[in-house]
Amino acid sequence: MTELLAKPPLRRLLITIAVVAVIELMTGPPGSNTAPTAGFKGSFAEHASFFGLFRTQRWVLFLFLALVGWGIVMVWMTNGPRVRVTLNKWLVVPRKFTSTRPVRWGVLGALLVVAVLLPHIINSPFWQAAMVEQIAVYVLLAIGLNVVVGFAGLLDLGYVAFYLIGAYTAAWVTGALPLPPLFNHALNPFWAIPIAIALVMITGILLGAPTLRLRGDYLAIVTLGFGEIVTIFANNLYGITDGSLGSKLIPHPSIHLGPLKYVWGLKPVPYYYLALGFVVLFLIVFSLLEHSRVGRAWTAIREDEVAAESVGINPLKYKVMAFAIGAASAGFAGVLTASQSNFIFPSSFTLTFSINILVLVILGGMGSIAGVVLGAILIQTVTEWLNNGQHWGYQPSDLYIYLGALLIVMMIFRPAGLIPSKRRKREILLSEADHENSHMDEVLLGDDT
Amino acid sequence: MSDIIFDVRNVTLRFGGVISLNDVSLHQDRGEILAVIGPNGAGKTSLFNSLTGVYQPQEGTINFTGRNGKSISIIGRKAYRVANFGVARTFQASRMFSALSTFENVKIGAESHRGIGVVGAMLHGPGTRRDEKRSDERTEELLKFVGLSAKANTIAASLSYGDRRRLEIARGLATDPQVLLLDEPAAGTNPSEKVELANLIRRVRDNMGVSILLIEHDMKLVMSLAERLYVLNFGGVIAEGTPEEVRANPVVIEAYLGSTTEEAESI
Amino acid sequence: MGAFGHYLLAHLDTLKHEFWALFVGGVANGLLYGMIAVGYTLVYGVLRLINFAHSEIFMAGGFAGYFVMKALVGASAPSAFASVGLIVLGIVAGGVAGAVMAALLERVAYRTLRRRNAPRLAYLISAIGASYFLFNLAGKEFGHIAVSTPQPYINHAVFHIFGAPVLMYYIIILIAGVIMFIALDRLVAKTRLGRGIRAVAQDAETASLMGVNIDRTIAITFIVGGALGGAAGFLFAMGTGVVYTMGFVPALKAFTAAVLGGIGNLRGAMIGGLILGVFEGLCVVFVQAAYIDVVAFGILVLVLLVRPTGILGERLGRSA
Ligand SMILES: Nc1ncnc2c1ncn2[C@@H]1O[C@H](COP(=O)(O)OP(=O)(O)OP(=O)(O)O)[C@@H](O)[C@H]1O
Ligand SMILES: [Mg+2]
Repeated sequence: MTELLAKPPLRRLLITIAVVAVIELMTGPPGSNTAPTAGFKGSFAEHASFFGLFRTQRWVLFLFLALVGWGIVMVWMTNGPRVRVTLNKWLVVPRKFTSTRPVRWGVLGALLVVAVLLPHIINSPFWQAAMVEQIAVYVLLAIGLNVVVGFAGLLDLGYVAFYLIGAYTAAWVTGALPLPPLFNHALNPFWAIPIAIALVMITGILLGAPTLRLRGDYLAIVTLGFGEIVTIFANNLYGITDGSLGSKLIPHPSIHLGPLKYVWGLKPVPYYYLALGFVVLFLIVFSLLEHSRVGRAWTAIREDEVAAESVGINPLKYKVMAFAIGAASAGFAGVLTASQSNFIFPSSFTLTFSINILVLVILGGMGSIAGVVLGAILIQTVTEWLNNGQHWGYQPSDLYIYLGALLIVMMIFRPAGLIPSKRRKREILLSEADHENSHMDEVLLGDDT
Repeated sequence: MSDIIFDVRNVTLRFGGVISLNDVSLHQDRGEILAVIGPNGAGKTSLFNSLTGVYQPQEGTINFTGRNGKSISIIGRKAYRVANFGVARTFQASRMFSALSTFENVKIGAESHRGIGVVGAMLHGPGTRRDEKRSDERTEELLKFVGLSAKANTIAASLSYGDRRRLEIARGLATDPQVLLLDEPAAGTNPSEKVELANLIRRVRDNMGVSILLIEHDMKLVMSLAERLYVLNFGGVIAEGTPEEVRANPVVIEAYLGSTTEEAESI
Repeated sequence: MGAFGHYLLAHLDTLKHEFWALFVGGVANGLLYGMIAVGYTLVYGVLRLINFAHSEIFMAGGFAGYFVMKALVGASAPSAFASVGLIVLGIVAGGVAGAVMAALLERVAYRTLRRRNAPRLAYLISAIGASYFLFNLAGKEFGHIAVSTPQPYINHAVFHIFGAPVLMYYIIILIAGVIMFIALDRLVAKTRLGRGIRAVAQDAETASLMGVNIDRTIAITFIVGGALGGAAGFLFAMGTGVVYTMGFVPALKAFTAAVLGGIGNLRGAMIGGLILGVFEGLCVVFVQAAYIDVVAFGILVLVLLVRPTGILGERLGRSA
């Protein structure tokens, strides 16, 4: 038996079947505590359409899928490397072409034009709202968390705290909290933007300075705790935040600057442009930062802290900086959310949220700005699509199951993400190559200066 | 008045029960090529780590005096502060930023002591650009100096042992140091690379005026380079003097015979 | 003397009255924390990694015990004999569920990465993913609402110390916790298996040269820690009930306990758990219940910053 299992094809078949069975469970009907086996039973026994041909039990359908998957895996195992080599050969010329400056700028310009025109192309109110609340906000959060996790290599599981502080700052500055605003004078939420950004950055420094000297996994737990604590305070400090009742009546933003007058209202599209402006701003600032002295220092610390210190880099200072800078976009995102929706509840700022953002960063590629933006757009669009209407019995709470699974799958199969950052990819491969020298060729391909 | 750059007095360093350095006193003159030798586990690397702020000895004092005559105490300071005072080093098992190019490695050294300037970095203003240009020039200069210009764009991890050593030296020099600490720079290099390395070290001192503190097991190299040396054994200094004096010292021969005959023969 | 003084005095008075009652409850909680903390410490010993998914091992034990109790505990109170049998059964169910969950976790989220020598960050992320996946899947399969576990015993005060009642539930935890902990301590100190675990903790490379099967040892370490965590899950479930997110807070506290006692140190984990449990119990007098978690977390940060090696120091075979 064990001998039979040791045979790679059979092993792979069993693994494929196991994976498909898990997927079957994930996509199957739910159970409950009075019927704990209903979900399991239903996942396998319920009837489903076999590609529209006939109806059969789910396990038949999934067994078929498992066999197909196994076939693909087997073919890939024997031909994959060759295909990859050929593909790389074919891609040399296009890659060279796309890596030239004018082409890159052209692509970026085209993407910007598309982003600007998008609200006019998509007319559905659902999607227009989603573009602000579900996509733009998450892009902002993802690119900020990317500074912390991707650039500085610090796993922050309490990132939601900055988003919360941004949102509550908007409420505070506009006089929507029990806590009176500065000088007892309510401002419009537009002014909350700089104040919130400054405040979250200061919070980042205050939280970061004592904790960022901790080792990676300790830091992860401590940040996770911080995220929880900030939520606990927001939930219980009735005299300051109105506690679990949340804050309502946060006004919409408006500008009155000399001849420039504009009032954001109920419609989502103006918020989309406000968000887009800030996304572009943050993207420019963060990518300049990545390729500056600061970005190189972050890389140095991430790779070898002792060596970085030996050339005079103060690791703590740079880590705190990453924390504060990464917080900035979350602060803005908080203001955007609060002022658009007019209300905030502490219960929407949970650990779950921090992990959602982490998934966007991991899927796109830690340290890769383009990747992270893509990751955020991809996941959020799919999520919204799933939430909008009936799709194979999907329920919103299932999302987290998929996201958790995605984290594991990414770490096993593509740790550098969909669009890997060159530096990160090399780091991961180098660490693995210590083990197995076969990877070396792949690692050492290509220069990046 | 002799111009002393490092003044180490009665330094003792312990790890739990293990005594790595035992009442070590030594000094280095400015501009000197000084070597520290001793059998494996003698405490040489521990000494380097104490001199650079990586380890904090429990007893004794370490004073570093800069060119400006200002003297500071190393013990109790963080490693990056010590580096900023003008103490550069290489590591026994070379530590590079392996996923970065040779050029970037050295550039990180060149720009690390320029203050942070986040705002400048974010806005990419003219000041930042000027700084960046200066760092680039300095990096190119140093790569040429150590002979790595041709490999500027190579990923550090794919460099040969000899090149890694030179990269580390260039990175250290980029921080504009007054003294460069080299921990077994010749380990893993071939004879011709060793000769080149010796020349490079001499040029660092002669052309750049950087004092050299060297740990090395290769006695031929040590004897040809060092002007003076200390011998460590079991964490303590057992001998000091010119290469000739040390070579003739019976205590030293004894210490080496006690460890490996190979090294003893090479003395 | 200001208002704060009065506040303190008034509360000290409460503390004096309530001390023993709070103390007993704190010890019981502390034992549970310690049992979970042992899992963190064991895994940390062999992998130098914090198992972020340990909370879900605890949750699995809780649910397993819950379903067994639901199936077997009838409407009327069971006899003393049946009561003991049911509790043992529940502990075994929780322990087995925890062990199976831990083995699966090790196999899927850890070993695949270990094979590739992945960077540390990758393990953390895959474990977080596993935790997230598991508790949400539990929510899907078993519902998202909290339910209480049918109790196989009558929770009366068995005896009093200094006037404070000691409930049946506490006694069950005390007996179960002490037996399991002593068994674990013997296992690690005396058996061949334990020697393997300690050898890997000390120096994995040397251990493998000496013929210790690293993969197997690591898997067993997960399983042992998982069994205790799962059993703790059942004990917790008897008092508090089960819900898919039940693992999060106790696990965070158990981690605090592990760090407090010195992560990697088995006895430290138990002592850390007891200290945290009692301290937290007494804190109820001074802070609102909502902020208790903040207190525990404050301790964690403080210990990490001031004395990261904990009270007893990092150990499990490692020198100082
Ligand atoms: N971080 C540390 N923790 C515990 N012991 C240490 C540590 N660093 C050094 N030691 C101990 O100090 C002693 C001296 O070590 P050190 O590395 O300084 O020797 P060395 O002279 O550089 O040897 P080699 O020639 O092999 O490089 C050794 O016994 C070593 O085990
Ligand atoms: Mg050494």
